[in-house]
Amino acid sequence: MFPFIKYSKVYYIFSGILILLSIISLIVFGLHFGIEFTGGSTIEVSFTDARPTSEEISKSLLSFELGEIIVQSMGEKGSVLRFKGIDEATHQKVLTKINELSPVQEKSFQYIGPSVGQELRNKTLIAIILALLAITIYIAFAFRKVSRPVASWKYGITSLIALFHDILIPLGVFSVLGKFYNVEITIPIIAALLTIIGFSVHDTIVIFDRIRENILRRGMAKFNETVNWSLNQTVGRSVSTVFTVLLVMVSLFFFGGETLKYFSLALIIGMVAGAYSSIFIAGPLLVSWQEWSEKRRGA
Amino acid sequence: MIQQKYFIFIGVIILALLAGTFAYPNYVNKGIDSLNNKFHWTLPHFWDKPFVLGLDLHGGVNLIYQADLSTVTDKASAMAGLRDVIERRVNLFGVSEPVVQIQGQDKLLVELPGVKDVKQAIDMIGQTPYLEFDEVRSEAESKPILDKIAEAQKVQEKGGDISKIKDWTLALQNPYIKPTELNGKYLSKASVVFDQTTYKPQIQLQFNNEGAKLFENITARNIKKPLAILLDGSSIIDTTGDGKIDGSDLYAPIIQDKITGGTAVITGDMSTKTANDIVRRLNSGALPVKIGSPISQETVGPTLGAVSLKKSLWAGIYGLLAVIIFMVLFYRLPGLLASVALIIYVAIVLALFKLIPITLTLAGIGGFILSIGMAVDANILIFARMKEELRLGKDISVAIKEGFKRAWPSIRDSNFNSLIVCAILFLFTTSFIKGFALTLSLGIIISLFSAIFITRVLLLVFVGKWASKLRWLL
Repeated sequence: MFPFIKYSKVYYIFSGILILLSIISLIVFGLHFGIEFTGGSTIEVSFTDARPTSEEISKSLLSFELGEIIVQSMGEKGSVLRFKGIDEATHQKVLTKINELSPVQEKSFQYIGPSVGQELRNKTLIAIILALLAITIYIAFAFRKVSRPVASWKYGITSLIALFHDILIPLGVFSVLGKFYNVEITIPIIAALLTIIGFSVHDTIVIFDRIRENILRRGMAKFNETVNWSLNQTVGRSVSTVFTVLLVMVSLFFFGGETLKYFSLALIIGMVAGAYSSIFIAGPLLVSWQEWSEKRRGA
Repeated sequence: MIQQKYFIFIGVIILALLAGTFAYPNYVNKGIDSLNNKFHWTLPHFWDKPFVLGLDLHGGVNLIYQADLSTVTDKASAMAGLRDVIERRVNLFGVSEPVVQIQGQDKLLVELPGVKDVKQAIDMIGQTPYLEFDEVRSEAESKPILDKIAEAQKVQEKGGDISKIKDWTLALQNPYIKPTELNGKYLSKASVVFDQTTYKPQIQLQFNNEGAKLFENITARNIKKPLAILLDGSSIIDTTGDGKIDGSDLYAPIIQDKITGGTAVITGDMSTKTANDIVRRLNSGALPVKIGSPISQETVGPTLGAVSLKKSLWAGIYGLLAVIIFMVLFYRLPGLLASVALIIYVAIVLALFKLIPITLTLAGIGGFILSIGMAVDANILIFARMKEELRLGKDISVAIKEGFKRAWPSIRDSNFNSLIVCAILFLFTTSFIKGFALTLSLGIIISLFSAIFITRVLLLVFVGKWASKLRWLL
């Protein structure tokens, strides 16, 4: 049996550092939102011959007054251009101009007007709030039965802490990726994050259910041993479940093409963080909390 | 009881074969072909229904327009009219399955799969609807046009250039009808009214003052003659009943008498639906709603879509294989049976994608691939519990039963939880999220069935008393 609880402090420090770094990164770098939230245009092209450098491309488009032009290389011959919103006529002119630079084939074009971006921002915010609310209600429902020696609401708060841990870390990673690799927060990534919310909370709940089941079976003496025993019972399942999801997501990350690449990355980071927090943070935190309140009562 | 499990097992096998064949009928149809050749049979092919692919996989353009409804009072019917007008235009592009949908209160979504000239499409969609009333040409007028058309046809047959003929543009005109001064601008309103005695639907037109005068003149000179009503240059409704509006359709009520006062009624044998269609289109020409240029546009080239589809499918296949290898290595015989259930799961979901049908987008495929990874979670929970029961020294069949029973609350909570999140994701009108949430939730529901019901049947059939001697398999 692995003594999970014994090393609680190590996990706290490890997670604490990760969360701190994520928060710092979010404050310093912020999040780099995609054009679906900010409005603007993107063109994805594939050059048939040599690919001009990014500077050459943005220089050739200066006359169109496209605002800030971000050119990113993609694959061997592809480039992705981002700039302010343009209409179809300008789009065609821009394409002709790039074609003059070097023969090119357009793979996709996207234009998002400012009002659409605004609307999507609002909708996303509502969805995130609703998801968090639904999960909180779900947690309250899952722990509605009175339990001893640990009060139900303590299980709830602990699962919420684990949940924020699982969301903050991927967000932190994406803020770093956004700063240094121009990776944007797009709709697929939001979808992935919301999926993580559901998944992570559930993982924690399976473990907590075990803890309560074992309290009933073994009595409530030595709470930390009961938690440790429950963690050992559930760890196989937690790891297996996350591992199978990781298998398909890693395969999607490497073979699935550009659109789904960062969607799968967000899920991979979130799932790993979720499995880690359910095993190493949620359970130990429950024990620490209980011991702390007992100590306070004793003193 | 013993009999029952075999019946269910056979049922599961048949379901799996049907779903698999429906999802990928190529092999079966090839087999049927070779049988037909060999024995001169005429067996029919298995139903070959294609997957419905979204724009990001198929290539095409997705446009969102915002309508200017500031001048309109009845916004809902104005939007319905606009949708109708745009649908008529979009049908002219000849693309397969275009989509025109109202989103929210004042937004219009237009999807044109596989369209080549996006600029032309945008220009055409952005035009203000034009309603016109055409009168019949006199014979003296139509003869030169008909002659010119015949002449042009002859030149064309010989492969000549028709633009060299004198006054060749005459051949482009309609030889039988010509526009009057009256158009949508002069129509204030159209509505459906019902005849007081026969209760048949009629169409009532109301012109403004200027329109009333024009209409009076036109009706006066065209008594007992038809007056054609055209929208965007073609018939306002499908009169031939072939489901499309083309050159052979013409809606032209006969003018019975000179009409003064600016109010006219079109009678005749028509269904209420037809009357409503006509009225809606008349109104869209009378009070044109402006939509301008799109507020959002997404164009996907056909090559990108095909590449994305192929890549994501292979990613799914690799992922599926990896999960199967993992399950067999870690859970041995039960893992193998769970893998069989997983493959049946994939076949059923793919078959449902075709059957419902669900429009597959990259996001949808992403959700489906995610669900493959999540589908075995139920099995993992069950097997973990089963192993615990076995360790307690319980009999195999009891352990299987207990495993399912004890794991059920966790499985139920887990999937319910994911379904809640899916439902919230579905609130997004973004097609990406919708596609993702839809396939993921469909996957979750089907995986409950496959992981619990199918795996259980397989375990009951294949794991008997013999397994107690080969405990390492479990």
